[in-house]
Amino acid sequence: MISPANYYNYFFQSTKGLVLGAISVVAIITATWGLLSGPVAESGIKEIVVGLLGMKLLPLERAGRIIMLYHTIAMVIVAIEVYFITSIVPMKKEQQSTINGTITVGYLTAVIFGLWFAYFGHNYLFHGLFLVGQSLVFFAGILLARALWPWNKQYYVSDPEYAHTKKGVDLERVAFFTMALATLGSAMFGAVTGSYWSNGHETFLAENLIRTPHKEPLQLSIIGHLHIMLTLVCVAITLVIGRWLDFKGIFHKIAMPLMIAGTIVITLGVWTVVPWEHLAHKFIYVGAVLVMSAALMLVIFGWRKLISERLAEQGLKKPGFWISLKALLHDPLKFGPLWQMVFMNFTVSGVGIFMAIKLELIFRVWPFMEERITLTGHWHILSALVATIILMYYADICGLKGKKRQWFGWIFIIGSDIAFGSMTIFSMKRLFVTEYYQQPVTDWTMLLTDIGLGALLVTLAVLLLWRLFDLFNKDGLWQQELTNPELDLNRTSAPAPLSSSNEYNVSGQEVK
Amino acid sequence: MKKVLYPVIMLFIIIFAACGGPGDVKIPYIETGVNPDSWALVPAGVFMKGPHNHETKIDYDYEIMVTHVTNAQYAEYLNEALAKGSIKVLENKVMGYYPGEEFHGYLHEFEIKAGDKVHVPLGEPGLRIGFDSKQFTVENGWENHPMVMVSWFGAKAYADFYGLRLPTEIEWEKAARGTDARSYPWGDEISRNQANYYASRDPFEKFFGKQGTTTPVGFYNGKKYDGYQTEKGLSPYGLYDMAGNVWQWAGDDYPDVHYRFMRGGSKISYDFGLRVYSQNAAGPDFYAISVGFRCARDVEKEG
Repeated sequence: MISPANYYNYFFQSTKGLVLGAISVVAIITATWGLLSGPVAESGIKEIVVGLLGMKLLPLERAGRIIMLYHTIAMVIVAIEVYFITSIVPMKKEQQSTINGTITVGYLTAVIFGLWFAYFGHNYLFHGLFLVGQSLVFFAGILLARALWPWNKQYYVSDPEYAHTKKGVDLERVAFFTMALATLGSAMFGAVTGSYWSNGHETFLAENLIRTPHKEPLQLSIIGHLHIMLTLVCVAITLVIGRWLDFKGIFHKIAMPLMIAGTIVITLGVWTVVPWEHLAHKFIYVGAVLVMSAALMLVIFGWRKLISERLAEQGLKKPGFWISLKALLHDPLKFGPLWQMVFMNFTVSGVGIFMAIKLELIFRVWPFMEERITLTGHWHILSALVATIILMYYADICGLKGKKRQWFGWIFIIGSDIAFGSMTIFSMKRLFVTEYYQQPVTDWTMLLTDIGLGALLVTLAVLLLWRLFDLFNKDGLWQQELTNPELDLNRTSAPAPLSSSNEYNVSGQEVK
Repeated sequence: MKKVLYPVIMLFIIIFAACGGPGDVKIPYIETGVNPDSWALVPAGVFMKGPHNHETKIDYDYEIMVTHVTNAQYAEYLNEALAKGSIKVLENKVMGYYPGEEFHGYLHEFEIKAGDKVHVPLGEPGLRIGFDSKQFTVENGWENHPMVMVSWFGAKAYADFYGLRLPTEIEWEKAARGTDARSYPWGDEISRNQANYYASRDPFEKFFGKQGTTTPVGFYNGKKYDGYQTEKGLSPYGLYDMAGNVWQWAGDDYPDVHYRFMRGGSKISYDFGLRVYSQNAAGPDFYAISVGFRCARDVEKEG
C-alpha cells in the first residue's frame, strides 16, 4: 500500500512530480479544447464535445473565452518554467518550496475556475477565483525574483568557465533575475489593462493588426503584454535549456550579457509601446537581435558539445562531416530543443521579418483574414515550439533511454516541424495560390499539420500513460524521483558552505 | 538539410495547387423562389452595434437589397454601362474612372489617386461572367449566384449607375442583426444547413471541396433541394445571406487607411466568422471569389 503522503510529497514537493502534474494538466486542456477548433471541429466532433461536457458557448463571448483559455494555459507553462528554475538555480529550500507551493495553488485555481467561468456558465465568483489564481502566480513571481537576487555572495561564481563579473556575480543568475523582473512588470502591463475590463476596456484579441492603425492605449498595452510575455517565456526556457546542457565557456560569457541586455531592451521597448509606439518598435528590434544572438550562442555551444561528446564516446578524433553530423543527431532529445530554436527562425522570426519587409503586399493586397491568420499563426507556432522544448527536456528528466529516447525525440522533432512548417505554408498561401485554387493547399497543409500534431500528441499520451501506470508501482520511477527530486545537472555556483547545505535546493548533491 | 527541405515542400504545394483546382465544373440552375430585385425596409432607430453591444442610432429609414447582387444583375449592368460608356474593357479587365481620395500620408496609408480602376478581371477563374467583345453573359447555372470577383470600385460603380449606394457598415449590421444582441441574423446558434460556410456540407462542396462555392441567393430559405433540406437563414428584416455565402463590401472610406470593410463572412469562413459583427477588409481594388455586395438606398419621404 502506497501512502497518500508519498503521492502528496511527489506531486507537491518534488520538482519532477510538480512538472509531471503541470504537464498532465496542460495536456488534458490541450486535448479537450483542441477538439473545439480547426479540422476536428469541421468533422462535427466539436458539437459532440460541447454537448457531452455541457459547455455554454455564446458566440458573442468567443474572444473572451479564448483569452481566458490562453491565460490558463500560460499559467501552467509559467509554473513549469518556475519549477525548473527553482531547481536549477541555487536558492534556499524554504524559498523553493514557498515559491513552488504558491505557484501550484495559483495555477490550479486559475485553470479550474478560469475554464469553469469561460466555458461552463458565468459564475462571477469563479471569475474572481480565476483572478486570485493569477495573483498567486504573480506573487510567486515576486518571491522568485527575491530568491534569484544575484548580489548575494553565497551565490557568487568561482568557476572561470561560467560568465561572471570581476567580483564573482553570476551573470546567468542575473539573466534569470532580469527575466523574472521583466515578467513581473510585463504581467502588470496586462493586469492594469485587465482591471479596466468593462470599465473603459473591451475584450480585445491582441494581434497587432496593421490595417487598424488607430488603437486605444489600453489596446496597445494588451498587444504589448501578449508579445512580451511570450518573449519572456522563450527567454526563460532558453536559459533553462542552457543550464540543462551545462552552457559554459566563451559562448556562455558572450551570451549572458547579450541575454541580460536583450531582455532589458526588449522589455522596455514593449513597455513604451503605449506612449511611443513607433519608437518602441526600434527598441524591440534591437532587443530581439540581442536575445536571439544569445540563443544562437547556446545553439553553437550545444551542437559542438553534442558532437564532441559523442565522438569522444566513440573514440573518434578526426571525423569527417557526415560522422560529425551523425554525432550531432545521435541524441534527439538534446539535439531537438536546440534545433527547435533554429527552426523557430523559419516559422516565427522569418515570417515576422518577411511581413515587415512585404508590408505593401500583405497589408494592402491581402484581405484582413489572411493578415489575421498569419499573425495568430506565428505566435501560436512559437508557443507550441516552446511546449515541444519543455516536453523534450521532460522526456530526458524521465530518463528515456535507447530506442524509446530515439522514437520520442524524433517523433517530436519531425512531427512538430512538419506540423508547424505546414501551418506556416498555410498561413502564407496567398503568396503562391489564389483563393480559387487554395482548397488543395488547405487540405494538404491541414492534413500534414494533423499528422504531425497527431503523432506528437500520441507520443506524449504514451509517455503520460506510462507515468500514470508507474504511479501504481511502489518501486516505480516516481519513487526514485521522490528520493532524488531535483533536476540532475551542473549549477553555475554552489552556495557556501555546502556542509550545511540541507538549507539549499542543491543539498545532497555534489556540485561538479 | 533545411536548404533542401523547404524548396521541396514548397514545390509539392505548388504542384498540388496547380493541378488540384476545381476545374470546369458544370452546376445545375437551382431556383430558390427568392426575387433578387426585392428590397427590405429598415426603420430608423437604435440597435446594438458590435460584439460589445454599443447602442447606436441610425436616425433615418433606409432600404437594403434582400439578396446579394447576382451574376445576372451584374451582367445586365455591365451591358448597359458599356453601351453608355461609363465603363470600358481594357486588357481583359472591366475598368472605370474613380476620382481618387484625400491622402494624409499617415503611416501605412496608401494613396488612391484619380484614374481608371479595375472593376472586374475578365477571364479569371471563379468569375462566372464572360465577354465576347460585345456582350457580357453569365455561365449557365450561375445566374442567381452572387456576383463575385468584383472590386469595391466595381461594386460602387454598379450602385452609382442605378442611383443606389453601398450600405455603410452600421447600416449593414443593423439590417443583419435587428435591434437585439443576437450574433447571427436569426439568433445565437448556427447549423450547417442554415448558411454557406466552410465545411458546412452544402451540396456544392461535393464538386468544390470544403470551401465549396457560392450558393444561389436565398438558398437557405427552408426549402428542400434534391434531398438537401435547408433551414431559414433570414435576418429580422427578411434579408437572406447576411451570414455566409460571400463577403459584402460596405461603403465606408475610413480616413488614414482607405481599406474597405466587408461584412457577413463567406463560404471560406468558419462559423464564427459569420457573426454579424465580424469584419474583413482589403484595398478597394481587391477582388476574390468570396467577395460580393448588395446595395442600399434612401427612402424617399412622401410629400
